[in-house]
Amino acid sequence: MNKTVKNVAQALEGIESGMTIMLGGFGLCGIPENAIKQLVKMGVNNLTCISNNAGVDDYGLGLLLQGRQIKKMISSYVGENDTFERQMLSGELEVDLIPQGSLAERCRAAGAGIPAFFTPAGYGTEVAEGKEIRVFNGKPHLLETALYADFAIVKAWKGDAAGNLVFKGTAMNFNPMMAMAGKITIAEVEEIVPLGTLDPNQIHTPGIFVQRIFQGEVFEKRIEQRTVRKRN
Amino acid sequence: MGLDKIGIAKRIAQELQDGWYVNLGIGIPTLVANYVPEGMSVEFQSENGVLGMGPFPFEGEEDADLINAGKQTITAKAGASFFDSATSFAMIRGQHVQLTVLGAMEVSQNGDIANWKIPGRMVKGMGGAMDLVASAQNIIVAMMHSNKIGESKLLKTCTLPLTGVGCVKKIVTELAVLEIKNGAFHLVERAPGVSVEEIIQKTEGTLIVPEIVPEMVLA
Repeated sequence: MNKTVKNVAQALEGIESGMTIMLGGFGLCGIPENAIKQLVKMGVNNLTCISNNAGVDDYGLGLLLQGRQIKKMISSYVGENDTFERQMLSGELEVDLIPQGSLAERCRAAGAGIPAFFTPAGYGTEVAEGKEIRVFNGKPHLLETALYADFAIVKAWKGDAAGNLVFKGTAMNFNPMMAMAGKITIAEVEEIVPLGTLDPNQIHTPGIFVQRIFQGEVFEKRIEQRTVRKRN
Repeated sequence: MGLDKIGIAKRIAQELQDGWYVNLGIGIPTLVANYVPEGMSVEFQSENGVLGMGPFPFEGEEDADLINAGKQTITAKAGASFFDSATSFAMIRGQHVQLTVLGAMEVSQNGDIANWKIPGRMVKGMGGAMDLVASAQNIIVAMMHSNKIGESKLLKTCTLPLTGVGCVKKIVTELAVLEIKNGAFHLVERAPGVSVEEIIQKTEGTLIVPEIVPEMVLA
C-alpha cells in the first residue's frame, strides 16, 4: 500500500468549506504547519476546527482565524491568541471549550468505535449543563460523546508509505487520537522514510489510521515560550 | 507582608512525598519543582505528554518538540517517557498521579475551585484543570490570599464559574496554610511575621482558628 502523496496540495484535496477538521498539536508543538498554510491558500471557510489550542495571532490556527475561515472552534485552552479572544467575545466565532482530557478521550472514542463515555471531569460546572449524570463508585460522572471529523490532519516526525507514524517528544500530544478519529486522516511528516526503516516495535500510530501522508516542505517549528537556564 | 512566590513554592514542596508523581500547574506551582527536598525522588508529569520532566534547557539546547503544559521549553530526565494526550489524562483520571498543585482565582469553604473563566472578560479555557481537579486525591492550591483589588479569594461560595466542586483540601497562600474540612477553612500555619488577625481579616469564608497557630518553618 502506498499512501504517499506528492505535496500538501494533493494531501488536502477534498477539503471543502463547512467541513469539520481536526488538527493535532499542543500550543504550537506538533501542529501540521504546512497543511495549515495550505488551508489559508485554499480559502476554505465556515470550518469547524477541533484542536486543543488556537495557535497564536500570526502562526498556526491563528492564520485561519485572521482570514475568518473558522466558524467554530472546539478547544480546551485558547489563551495565547488575541484575535481568537476578540472574535469570541464579539460573538463572531462560535467556541466550545471542553476539558482537555475529555477532548482527547472524545477523539480517541470516535476512532475506537465508542460513541460516548462517562467522565468525572466537569461535574458541577457549566461543562456538565444538559449532560446526563450518573454515579459510579459513589462519584458523579457526566456523559461525553465521541468527536468525529471529516478530515483529521496530524503532524508526525517520521512516517512511511504504509502510513505508519512516529512522533517526537511532546509533539505527539493529540495527534495519535485525532489520526484515529478522522474519516480521512492526513499525516504531515518531517521525513518520509523507506518502508522497512521504521522499527515495527516503535510505531506510535499504525498505518491503518492514516489515508494520506506527505512530507512537509518547510518546518519553522516556532517556540511559544523559550525558557532556558544559564550555564555555570 | 508574607511570603513571596518562592516562599509559597518552598512551603508546598514540604508536602511532597518520596515516590510521588506530581502534576504542577502554570505559575507558582511550576516553581515547586525547584525545591524538592534532598534525597527525595519525585517525578513531574506534564499533561501535554511527559513524565520525568527536567529543568529548563541550557541556552541553545531548546527543542521545539519538548515543552511543558505552559508551553515552556523543558528537558527530559533520564528515565523520562513521552505519551499521547489520552494516555496522559488516563494517568490523571485514573489517579496514578498522587498530587496536583494548581493556581486559583477563588476557592470556597467547601472546596470548590474557580480558575478558568471571568464571564465577558477572560475566556482562555480550562485546559486540563477540570480533569485534574475532578480526579486528583490530593489537590493543593497555590495562590495569593486576595485578588488584585484586595478582595479575599477564600470565600463562602465562589462567584466565578467553577472548575470543580468539593475537591480542594489544602491551600497555601502568602499568609497561611489552610485545610478545608467540614465546610470550613481551618488555619494550619501562618507565614513568618504574619498575624492571625490579618489572616482572619483577609478570609471571607468561615475560618476555624485553633488556639495555637504555628509559624511556617522554611529552609
